[in-house]
Amino acid sequence: MAKSHITMTVNGKTIEALVEPRTLLIHFLRDQQNITGPHIGCETSHCGACTVDLDGKSVKSCTMFAVQANGADIRTIEGMANADGTLHALQEGFREMHGLQCGFCTPGMITRAYRLLQENPKPSEAEIRQGISGNLCRCTGYLTIVRAVRAAAEQMSSAREAAE
Amino acid sequence: MTTETQSAQERTQKLEGLGTRRKRVEDVRFTQGKGNYVDDFKLPGMLFGDFVRSPYGHARITSINKAAALALPGVKAVLTAEDLKPLKLHWMPTLAGDVQAVLADEKVLFQGQEVAFVVAEDRYVAADAVDLIEVEFEDLPALVDPSQSMAAAAPVLRDDLQGKTSGAHGPRKHHNHIFTWEVGDAEGTARAISGAQVVATEHIVYQRVHPCPLETCGCVASMDKVNGHLTMWGTFQAPHAVRTVASLISGIPEHKIRIVSPDIGGGFGNKVGVYPGYICSIVASIVLGVPVKWVEDRMENLQATAFARDYHMSGEIAATQEGRITALRCHVLADHGAFDACADPTKYPAGFFSICTGSYDIPVAHVTVEGVYTNKAPGGVAYRCSFRVTEASYFIERMIDVLARKLGMDPAEIRRRNLIRKEQFPYQSALGWEYDSGDYLAALDKALNTVGYAALRDEQRRSREAFARGETRKLMGIGVSFFTEIVGAGPIKNCDILGLGMFDSCEIRVHPTGSVIARLGTISQGQGHATTFAQILASELGIPAEKITVEEGDTDTAPYGLGTYGSRSTPVAGAATAMAGRKIRAKAQMIAAHLLEVHDDDLEWDIDRFRVKGVPELSKTMAELAFAAYNNVPPGMEPGLEAVSYYDPPNMTYPFGAYVCVVDVDVDSGVTEIRRFYALDDCGTRINPMIIEGQVHGGLTEALAIAMGQEMAYDEAGNLTNASLLDFFLPTAVETPSWEIAGRASSAQSCSPVQLAMETAMRLQPGASTRSRL
Repeated sequence: MAKSHITMTVNGKTIEALVEPRTLLIHFLRDQQNITGPHIGCETSHCGACTVDLDGKSVKSCTMFAVQANGADIRTIEGMANADGTLHALQEGFREMHGLQCGFCTPGMITRAYRLLQENPKPSEAEIRQGISGNLCRCTGYLTIVRAVRAAAEQMSSAREAAE
Repeated sequence: MTTETQSAQERTQKLEGLGTRRKRVEDVRFTQGKGNYVDDFKLPGMLFGDFVRSPYGHARITSINKAAALALPGVKAVLTAEDLKPLKLHWMPTLAGDVQAVLADEKVLFQGQEVAFVVAEDRYVAADAVDLIEVEFEDLPALVDPSQSMAAAAPVLRDDLQGKTSGAHGPRKHHNHIFTWEVGDAEGTARAISGAQVVATEHIVYQRVHPCPLETCGCVASMDKVNGHLTMWGTFQAPHAVRTVASLISGIPEHKIRIVSPDIGGGFGNKVGVYPGYICSIVASIVLGVPVKWVEDRMENLQATAFARDYHMSGEIAATQEGRITALRCHVLADHGAFDACADPTKYPAGFFSICTGSYDIPVAHVTVEGVYTNKAPGGVAYRCSFRVTEASYFIERMIDVLARKLGMDPAEIRRRNLIRKEQFPYQSALGWEYDSGDYLAALDKALNTVGYAALRDEQRRSREAFARGETRKLMGIGVSFFTEIVGAGPIKNCDILGLGMFDSCEIRVHPTGSVIARLGTISQGQGHATTFAQILASELGIPAEKITVEEGDTDTAPYGLGTYGSRSTPVAGAATAMAGRKIRAKAQMIAAHLLEVHDDDLEWDIDRFRVKGVPELSKTMAELAFAAYNNVPPGMEPGLEAVSYYDPPNMTYPFGAYVCVVDVDVDSGVTEIRRFYALDDCGTRINPMIIEGQVHGGLTEALAIAMGQEMAYDEAGNLTNASLLDFFLPTAVETPSWEIAGRASSAQSCSPVQLAMETAMRLQPGASTRSRL
């Protein structure tokens, strides 16, 4: 099958590659780029394990072709840590609040929560629950995930206030 | 020494031992996307396997044409039963003593059954090849309803068992009969029921559901043809058992097989069994000489790898007019699907279903379980509970509610009257179990008081009156349930799988600098063993948990163990860990006596060191003793500080709990709100309360799914009509309530009380039903 040339930015790095037009973004990232943080849980865009942040939106990379991401700016869990190497408030919050067990949903969950907090820096519990409803977790029962997102929101907001 | 100046409390805190809400060591990698799950593996030359599966529930295969697939560039092999036959690998043993087709042998028996295995350069080419394989089927009548399995005219499902009048669990009385398992006093129970003042009966269907971990099942098999070693990474909840089974099936000697369970994305019972994908990957790797990866997709996971429940239970419960239970009888029709691949201890084909007298003092009981074949996927695993315990727990609690309604008694009051009293422990149940300990009444009362039960019942009465007057369209339900689980399988005297005793193990090495590696035969799938087992050792050894690495899941390094499922790892492997730790400490004590020039009886243990009794300033810390173990041990003692322990538990263990659920239902829209859910669990010693709470939250959420309609829905032709996450219900954060939990929670949980509490809460027309279906 003829391959298409694509370029994109992934976690701040420019990537150039040849892909079959039918290659899904998640397979491109995982199999060709060794970015294995985003996972495959359903391949039908229901579970959210494959969530990446693409041009400022949460995207389920199992239902998007890699060629559709040509020119895009993508961030995955691997690019979530702060520039100085410390972990992002969400990564800290999930560990602090026991917001994960098997860890399989976690990369997608954190990536989704990251965009949620960009859009709504002080979400209510109901807004957090609604905001992560496209991401399934089979282990935690969500309560600790909600707490983790809230803790991160508070931490980020006090960091912002301190900076102002 | 600076440590001498630290208080006992400071030294204890530094250990992060038992009872500490220690943050999980696993999370450092998981929160950065650095977990290592099976689909993350990429080996040089690795190929991908994919299955052609049956679209039919029951059909004869008339031909398979693989020419077009083999002609496709990038396709390396296509395997069918014909190819496996010369190797005698077209069938494999199951954990339940039956056999299962690796690739369909002339017939398919359930939708999604493996028919051919394609191996190709990448997953896309493999999928293309699957589409190019032409299989012709001749449709046969599908048997979907287990109540019709043993009808005289029922179709023969298992041609391979024709004429076999006995199976792994005794005589077979019909071509679709697997076993009949019976326990208890049939005559005494019949007598008590026929002479009873009150008898309540109920037919209860516990529907087929699926554990559906977020990561599906998969493996990478790699045969090194030079040295004859097979290495396999995969989603295995029981890696050593997989090694033994792989050796028995393949003929490769067990010492040349290495099974590794890397990070596992949830199991819940789904990853206990040995699946055709594993066998086909091994064969393909042997044939082609390169690593072969197979990872199922979600539809395959739901269609073909292990389900749970599917118990059809008929119960009779007898009592006095005052509500004192006098007898219990249960008949179960168990739908095991097309092959009996239940993952139960071998002597227990219905698991520990005989825990079904629950938490109540019932003088006599009798249970029969009949396993039958249908045209559905094999399985029957312990999904978020011990073996068939959720089924048992749901059964008894439902029966108690039915009895309460018949007697016009409050469901909490009837439970209170029948709960086993704390002075009755150790308690011998009518069906043969010895319950170790408990204070059930205190637990029930605490739960009822916490939620304000009496006030809730008042509110419910007023709300029903208002409803009757037409003032509201909302009704309020209250569910109360109590459970006793039976976990920690188990004592070798009665628990084995295929002859392998269900002990577990731990091997510890203390390094000269006082850090430790502990290896276990279990494997975490999210339970956080690397965190909690280190805490056990921290308390046993007086070495901080942060200096203890816990390694599991590699059969080349870990001592033999039976794996993680059925709520067994902490009671069995956790105990093995403590026992091995005590061996280390005993040796350290002798070294300390040698160094301090005293008799070892003159020493006492103090958090992280041995002290000379009466001379507290004379002491040796474990860190000092670790180093001494490598250079200055007593004469005649071997150097080093290592121990291994294989723990065969003397009994099962019996955690319990009381749950209360309050729901509001809009009778017109059906919208149901869970106003409150309170769960009280008692598991004994808590190792890490944070992790325990997380485990309980998760169990409750899966129970919510089942109570709210999760079901594998088969149509009459044997099609699984909801084999995707679009149709198969998994709760999101929106449907899931905020759980309130309390008490000494357990890592073992039974999800049935949740369903029961919800279901009874929502059952709003008293006396309306003699048939329960979630």
